[in-house]
Amino acid sequence: MENYGSAMQSSIPTAPMIRRIRLFSLGSGLAMSAVLATAQIPTASTSPVNFEAQIKPLFEQRCYACHGETIAQNGLRLDRKASALGGGHSGPAIVPGDSASSKLVHMVAGFQVKVRMPPAGDPLTDSEIGLVRAWIDQGAPWPDSGGDTLTAAEPPAEAGHWAFRPIRRPDVPRGSNPIDHFIRERLHREGIEPAPAADRSTLLNRVTLDLTGLIPSVEERRAFLADSREGAYERVVDRLIASEHFGEKQAIHWLDQVRYADSDGYAKDFTRPHAWRYRRWVIDAINRGMSFDRFSIEQIAGDLLPDATVEQRVATGFLRNTLRNREGGVNPAQYSFEETVDRASTFATVWLGLTVGCAQCHDHKYDPVSQKDFYELFAYFDNLEEAHIYAPVQGEMGPYLRTVNEYRRMHQEILDEYDVPELQASWERNCLKAGASPGVYLDWDLAWQELGLNTDGGQEIVRIPPAERTWRHANMITYYFLRAYGLIAGREKYEELGFFEALQRIKDLNVRFPQRSEARVVSENPDPKPTFLRIRGSWDRNGIEVSPSTPGVLPRRPDAKPTRLDLAKWLFSGDNPLTARVAANRIWQEYFGRGLVATSDDFGTQGDVPSHPELLDWLAAEFRDSGWDVKRMHRLIVTSDTYRQSSYLPAALAKQDPANELVARQNRLRLPAELIWDRTLSAAGLLHHDVGGPGFRPAMPDGSTGFKTGGTDWDPTGGRDRFKRGMYIQFQRTQPYPFLMNFDSPDFRAPTCRRERSNTPLQALNLLNDPLFSEAWQALAARVLTEVPDKGFESRLAHIYELAFGRRPTPAETDRFSHYVEDRRAVEGEVELFRDLPDVDGLDKSDLLVWTGVARILMNVDEFVTRP
Amino acid sequence: MNAQRFFDIQSRRDFLDHTLYGLGLGVLSHLMGVEGRTATAQPGALVPKKPHFAPKAKNVIFLFQGGAPSQIDLFDPKPKLEEWDGKPLPESLAKELQLAFVKPTAKVLASRRKFKPAGQSGIELSEWLPHTATIADDICLVRSMHGEAINHHPGQSLLMTGSPLPGRPTVGSWVTYGLGSEARDLPGFVVLKTGSATQGSTGNWTNGFLPSNYQGVMLRSEGSPILHLSNPDGVTAAMQRRDIEMISELNRDQIERTGDAEIASRIASYELAFRMQASAPGLIDISDEPESIREMYGLNAKETRAYGMTCLLARRLVEKGVRFVLNQHAQWDHHSDLERGLSQKCRITDQGVAALVKDLKQRGLLDETLVIWAGEFGRTALAEWRDPSDPGNIGRDHHADGFSLWVAGGGIKGGQVIGSTDALGLTVAENPVHIHDLQATLLHCLGLDHERLTYRHAGRDYRLTDVGGNVVTQMLA
Repeated sequence: MENYGSAMQSSIPTAPMIRRIRLFSLGSGLAMSAVLATAQIPTASTSPVNFEAQIKPLFEQRCYACHGETIAQNGLRLDRKASALGGGHSGPAIVPGDSASSKLVHMVAGFQVKVRMPPAGDPLTDSEIGLVRAWIDQGAPWPDSGGDTLTAAEPPAEAGHWAFRPIRRPDVPRGSNPIDHFIRERLHREGIEPAPAADRSTLLNRVTLDLTGLIPSVEERRAFLADSREGAYERVVDRLIASEHFGEKQAIHWLDQVRYADSDGYAKDFTRPHAWRYRRWVIDAINRGMSFDRFSIEQIAGDLLPDATVEQRVATGFLRNTLRNREGGVNPAQYSFEETVDRASTFATVWLGLTVGCAQCHDHKYDPVSQKDFYELFAYFDNLEEAHIYAPVQGEMGPYLRTVNEYRRMHQEILDEYDVPELQASWERNCLKAGASPGVYLDWDLAWQELGLNTDGGQEIVRIPPAERTWRHANMITYYFLRAYGLIAGREKYEELGFFEALQRIKDLNVRFPQRSEARVVSENPDPKPTFLRIRGSWDRNGIEVSPSTPGVLPRRPDAKPTRLDLAKWLFSGDNPLTARVAANRIWQEYFGRGLVATSDDFGTQGDVPSHPELLDWLAAEFRDSGWDVKRMHRLIVTSDTYRQSSYLPAALAKQDPANELVARQNRLRLPAELIWDRTLSAAGLLHHDVGGPGFRPAMPDGSTGFKTGGTDWDPTGGRDRFKRGMYIQFQRTQPYPFLMNFDSPDFRAPTCRRERSNTPLQALNLLNDPLFSEAWQALAARVLTEVPDKGFESRLAHIYELAFGRRPTPAETDRFSHYVEDRRAVEGEVELFRDLPDVDGLDKSDLLVWTGVARILMNVDEFVTRP
Repeated sequence: MNAQRFFDIQSRRDFLDHTLYGLGLGVLSHLMGVEGRTATAQPGALVPKKPHFAPKAKNVIFLFQGGAPSQIDLFDPKPKLEEWDGKPLPESLAKELQLAFVKPTAKVLASRRKFKPAGQSGIELSEWLPHTATIADDICLVRSMHGEAINHHPGQSLLMTGSPLPGRPTVGSWVTYGLGSEARDLPGFVVLKTGSATQGSTGNWTNGFLPSNYQGVMLRSEGSPILHLSNPDGVTAAMQRRDIEMISELNRDQIERTGDAEIASRIASYELAFRMQASAPGLIDISDEPESIREMYGLNAKETRAYGMTCLLARRLVEKGVRFVLNQHAQWDHHSDLERGLSQKCRITDQGVAALVKDLKQRGLLDETLVIWAGEFGRTALAEWRDPSDPGNIGRDHHADGFSLWVAGGGIKGGQVIGSTDALGLTVAENPVHIHDLQATLLHCLGLDHERLTYRHAGRDYRLTDVGGNVVTQMLA
């Protein structure tokens, strides 16, 4: 009941819905059994009805807008005999000979329906309804002459849309990089000169940031600037693409699309301590040079590959990134449906660049994907089951096996000490009892419901006898019991039992003993249930049954019993034009700040058309024909002259092509949050590399917690781990780390294919005043003082510029800072150091203060937060 | 600001000369802000923008009561329930109810509250809202609200973003996106909060997929009011000024080196940050407010002080031109302990709420400020009884099909009741108002057409009212 209910309200306030009338008519309070419909279906007219003269014009006027040629709401068309008499997604609308049983009549009379038709304008009059009834009662005669040729053979209306046409590989001249050929050809036509190449230092910064997300080290810079041989740049590119940081940088964009986060979302927002294992898979796969087809197939259907390996199953963590609503009182079936919708929509956005979620509720006029298409896609994901596996990473198994017996013995000792086995058994019995007869054991109903919501599969596990449970399942229930028993025992008793202490001891034990990494994965239900279209997108309103099938606007593959694996393989079948175009465009976008199709998330009929259609097709064909070689695509782009252009914007060009659609130059791009973090720590010498590891939690600044209802789960990480790269900051969906959000991090609730790049005062406050950043200034200052022990101002300034920007200061900058340093010395002694860092010992305090100020300024300027 | 416009400015040589030191920053900002009705120093995104048509209200104060207050005990008297008190409803009635925790067999719980007609208009209000009763003639009470979500997070998400699924921009973000802000040195969308967290969490003020310029900024009434507002230890205001000047100078060099217009808005955002540092602390320093005002908002009593303070701050914020104030108060979720819990919530909030409306009115601000009092949904006529050992410890479950909220101020006709629920408060009887209708009406008062205020994202033009919403003309003055 969304818009239609209220649309009625404003236009026909005297005709409320039947359900409402029923309840409102409750006059005396005694007449409870008499709460019956006061509305009735108007009686059928008795005279003979002529379809062409009386019914068709009525349909035309009142129904075709939504049930006609351009749009067939709920699958029903009333302008075609076959469709009208065949019915829509919710079944037959017309029962010839029986108007009282015809849904069409119920709908227009508002009889036992939630929404009366038509949803806008006046309702049909009694005599109009009477006519329709009479026509149906008379057998619903419909002459065949009236344009009734529509059959399933009608070609899809959008077949002509550019993105759905086959990829045509254009010819390119030999020799130069074909990218430059296409870009230059267009510029030539527009009479624009391409920008000259960027200077080598800028280029090194750019390509290092783009490929690895880091700034070059002093040594790397010197080596490159000293290398005057042919191919120096290409060698840098090869070195960077081979670096393990390449996978990290490219993973950031991928994780945006698949909405990876470390927590459930919604009110409780539980942390997902094992989610990182999927992220590690993504980074590893990119670093290993996995082809894009394998990379995709393993994520969508790794579990269905023959003899699936642990890593292939870990890849299906992609399907576990959905939000989970565990709020008390929710209906798990409803949110499980929403998660399946989300999986289908995410799939379509990530690989096809199509927005299909709109079709969840009904068809849309210009949308190439119909509601039926949507549920056929949904069907591929409707029978997956969640699973959890051990997925040890290298080096874990040996230590684990050597200590596991000792560990389990101590684990059991703790449980026995707190009488856990006994109390838990009785708690489980009561939970099961309430589960079997809801509404009888009021005090246990909630405990049972919460067990289902707060654990993954806990209700099923307690049905298994304890001796037969797996180690992981047994512990999951026990740990949950230890936390949840307070609900039943009451606070006093709970504290007396000391379960908090028991939990802490177990937690300590689990840290002390080597563990195996775990992963959230999926498997397929061996006994699949049928999938239904949902009327108006409501999880509990089944329409017609549907089978898995790919969208009708794209070439289909004949699969007898299609599975997720078939869906994944279909993406890479020769005649699917979207996968390659969409992927190539997104790779391009990350190097220029804008895709060849600017709406990189929308290749549908409402999206932008490509600025360089031939180039896009060439890139797509090249990607496909190379066997989906990802690293090759990246190399191809960054070694083009187009990529290497200067980003300087001359006045004339700013007027001619302000959005740089023609790529007559490079674009300066504000760095994403994670890379600002990395650059800050890296310049300061604090960055700690642990590629692919678990997430960490920087200290939350004062005033940025307490917004979340489901517990905080945010113990700040200590030691070196708090200086890991920004992409490993734990993403807590309902209480994200503020720095990330200030710099346009996605909220990871839906796929993000391109990030916003805003400029806000909160960013300024963050970089100017956040204690974490002040720690970095001081560390950078200390680094400069240590690495340039002589007291020369100019040599120190040169070094700090080298560390921050990878260049030397200009004379004007030197001049400014010499004044600044003088001014700052004048206030010497009035201020304290921001924070004690271990390596500031032995440094001159006054120097440290002055250079901390310089570091602060450099880490706040535009150049520091921008890819050049 | 687009690159071309900036370039027109930047290409004038004297521009750089004029903007070398402090004063120049203001000049630059002024040049950047010329698009709006009044030029301000907001970076481009928050420059005031023209609405679609003449607005009735300029600013919004949203008094959000998280957790779903019981309309049956506060706004919507149901004497008929007394006949059923303690008995279950017949199955024919109960089976249609959407319930979160209780079963349809739960017993009816009639309200223990007395209702009295208030003001000239005679709107019936609960005895637990004596202060709200004094503004009865200013409020438009809607008793026929409905929505689809019956759990908190989805419910709050629906109310704030128009969708029960998380991830879309919130109403405050939509409004600042549509209208910009006239606040010179404060964010356009400010969030105040008392009590514990709401289930919607930061999702209640997220900018969703809109640029982060439109995110709600939390303002605390004690300590450092805005995150990272205070200088780091050891940095004085003079040092801060000097450092920001240095940053701006280096950034201006960079404009010359790169021709990149975006750097100018970065310069402006640093200047605005500095001004926020100067003015935000003054905002929470209420020593300039007379005793009568403190008394009025309940600042002199322990129970009402914290909430009263947020109401007072809300007024001070709209006085400064802040476009949208979200004032959140949580924990109206009375599944149990209804009598004690609900009465306490009323005592905490009632006075501040009424004082805000009266204070706005006496300053002539009520005409241009829209005030909304709302929870995400309401509560059932059926009793929830979580602890059978304590028969007095009784509460109500969630209820989204017929609940109450009120709106007052600019563009709204006060002293009236819209819609009704049936005799048992089970469902809407007359004039249903969907959450989307409320949102459409709110935007209408601000001069915005809810169908035209859209943002293209991921292949779709999104809007606050999703695919629904009709302006409720009866609510309008």
